[in-house]
Amino acid sequence: MTAAFVVFKAYWIFIVLLALAGVYCVVATRNLVRVLIGMELMTKAATLLIVVAGWASGRMALAQALIINLIVVEVVVIAVAAGIVVSLFRKNGSLSTRELDKLKN
Amino acid sequence: MPLVFVLVPLIALLAINLPLGSLGKKLGFPTAALLALLQIGAVLFAPGAWANPSDFLGGSVRFAFSADRLSLLLLLSIGIAVLGALCVARYLFRDSKSEEGPRFFNLTILAMIGMNGVSLVSDLFSLYVFLEITAVSSYVLIAFERQKEGLEGAFKYLILSAVATVMMLSSIGLFVLAVGDTSFASVAKAVAEGGGDWVVLLAVGLFVGGLFIKGGLVPFHAWVPDAYSSAPAPVSVLLAGIVTKTTGVYTLIRLSGSVFANAFHLNLVFLAVGILTIFVGALAAMWQKDMKRMLAYSSVSQVGYIILALGAASPLGAAAAAFHLFNHAIFKGQLFINAAAVEKQTGTRDMDQMGGLSARMPLSSWTSVVAFLSAAGIPPLAGFWSKLLIVVALWKAGQSGFAVAAILASILTLAYFLMLQRKVFFGKLSERFASVKEASLWLVLPALILALVSIGVGLFFPLLWDTILVQVAGI
Amino acid sequence: MIVIFVVLGLMVVSSLWTVMTRSLVRSALGLALTSVILTILMFQLGATMAAVFELSVCAGLITVVFISTISMTKALTHAALLTKTRDRLKRYWYLPALLLVAGAVLAFVLSPLPFEAATPVPAAIDFDALKQMLWKDRQTDLLGQITIIFAGVTGVIVLFKERKGGQE
Repeated sequence: MTAAFVVFKAYWIFIVLLALAGVYCVVATRNLVRVLIGMELMTKAATLLIVVAGWASGRMALAQALIINLIVVEVVVIAVAAGIVVSLFRKNGSLSTRELDKLKN
Repeated sequence: MPLVFVLVPLIALLAINLPLGSLGKKLGFPTAALLALLQIGAVLFAPGAWANPSDFLGGSVRFAFSADRLSLLLLLSIGIAVLGALCVARYLFRDSKSEEGPRFFNLTILAMIGMNGVSLVSDLFSLYVFLEITAVSSYVLIAFERQKEGLEGAFKYLILSAVATVMMLSSIGLFVLAVGDTSFASVAKAVAEGGGDWVVLLAVGLFVGGLFIKGGLVPFHAWVPDAYSSAPAPVSVLLAGIVTKTTGVYTLIRLSGSVFANAFHLNLVFLAVGILTIFVGALAAMWQKDMKRMLAYSSVSQVGYIILALGAASPLGAAAAAFHLFNHAIFKGQLFINAAAVEKQTGTRDMDQMGGLSARMPLSSWTSVVAFLSAAGIPPLAGFWSKLLIVVALWKAGQSGFAVAAILASILTLAYFLMLQRKVFFGKLSERFASVKEASLWLVLPALILALVSIGVGLFFPLLWDTILVQVAGI
Repeated sequence: MIVIFVVLGLMVVSSLWTVMTRSLVRSALGLALTSVILTILMFQLGATMAAVFELSVCAGLITVVFISTISMTKALTHAALLTKTRDRLKRYWYLPALLLVAGAVLAFVLSPLPFEAATPVPAAIDFDALKQMLWKDRQTDLLGQITIIFAGVTGVIVLFKERKGGQE
């Protein structure tokens, strides 16, 4: 299948860069909301990958169906995550990730 | 048709959430319990009835759920674990006027739908969807009491789980590229034929990596102790007993059997990760002061055993893994119920402060002894048989070194459990707890039943061998 | 083909800005911007329906979720903000450097492959195939969607509900 892969070398590079940006965001931030934003960026990278895969293999209908489903699922995840973040804020009074180390013995 | 395992709970869920006033509030627990019981019954008494695909209306509506023996075993485990968790939850939500109870039971039913779906799908993307259903329900359940602890545990689980999700989605994208389809059948074909194609290998690697995170395998196990120990008592039972097993481990058993079979030394990866997980989990467990955290690390270690069994890359290995999964659901679920009882009655989880509780809480103590013997693999309990099978599978596959290591690790398991027993139940009765009583029936009865199941399965194993395991092995 | 490169580059730049910008609100807007650029790419590749979904949900709904979350959580005081800014710059400047290095490495590793080939031509919009796919072949997933929406609603109710006599 390397023939299909060839077609969009440029896309590969940028997908990986986008994913890296997302991961870096999650790892380096001290703010809970930014963690969520990083998660979203990673998901976008995966979405783009699926779109490109669908285009290259000619299975655009499948790829689109997958993406539509995936978007719905991710919205629910983000909504719940936002709920957790807001509750954490209400408990801790801050959005700092430093507050999250209470559980270690 | 297997669809019922997903559809019936869903309909029940919608039904009890219609605005029926105060009636609706009371229906939560009975409905959930009934669903779990029906599930157990359906698997035990009518195993052959679920083989047909889910066809409605002459094939125009077609759900791709299929149930083979492995799925049935998982469905059984799910039913049992959920029932146990429900009993603990029922005790927690005794106050029938509160709003919280019904919502908790809703979430439990949702988690059950998710897990049932995981066991029945035959497509990678559908697998992702149902994994996320289970995950979302779990996040909310862990954070249910909205205390700092639970929220933190839920958040950590969420972050790592999101990374796992992205890995799995990327893998699915790569499969679309390489294969044009995401169903198990197509992917299996592609892996078998195009073994050397690096796109396919990368896809397999990403998916398996994502599942390692979800299952709490080393080195991705960081979220497990936090999530398990900070969750409310019934949720810990649910999590340890079945959620992590379904999302991480069952999926690996299913995929390694037929879909990703023989992909480029996958079994070596399993061997390495498995043995590492067993030891890291066991060693960490010895250092813990908090009862639930110790049990959490113990779970990590036991999951390592299951993955190690997959490293044998044989049907026997897969059957051993599945059996250990079932046993783990039973004994770990039960241990967390015991922990809930202890926590309820003594008000603490710090094992250094406890001691001699067996005098005051005899039922909880003795059932926990049964559970830990099963976990350590002592005959004639069920755990002994599953560990034996794992060792035999490894030996037969030529991985004798790992087999020996697994046996050695059992000694470690025995060690930390003995520590737990000594600290909590035996030894001198501490002053503070002199007036502690045995926990309520809701917490003791399930523990008792689960302990009996461990003993029963252990004693009757030779009989069960034919009916259950040979079938599972022929996946 | 240059157009594609430019758009892809813009996407990475906007994601860079999203990660590095000091203000949370700007970060959320940056995420929306990244979504919009992604939508453009998706249109180009022929995924029209999915692109519409992405635009309305990710660039729209999720941004609303983020902005509401941000508004429900108090902002920092000015002094605290200043100290944070100084050491956050130290942490974050690694990112552009990392991305440049990664981009270079990847370009090198993939260089045997020709850049060539089709500039994406938006394929004829094939609604029927998509409808068929969604409603007939992927029904299991639709069942999952219903369930997860239910789970999400329950979760949001549980998590966002104020405790009686509690905080803000």
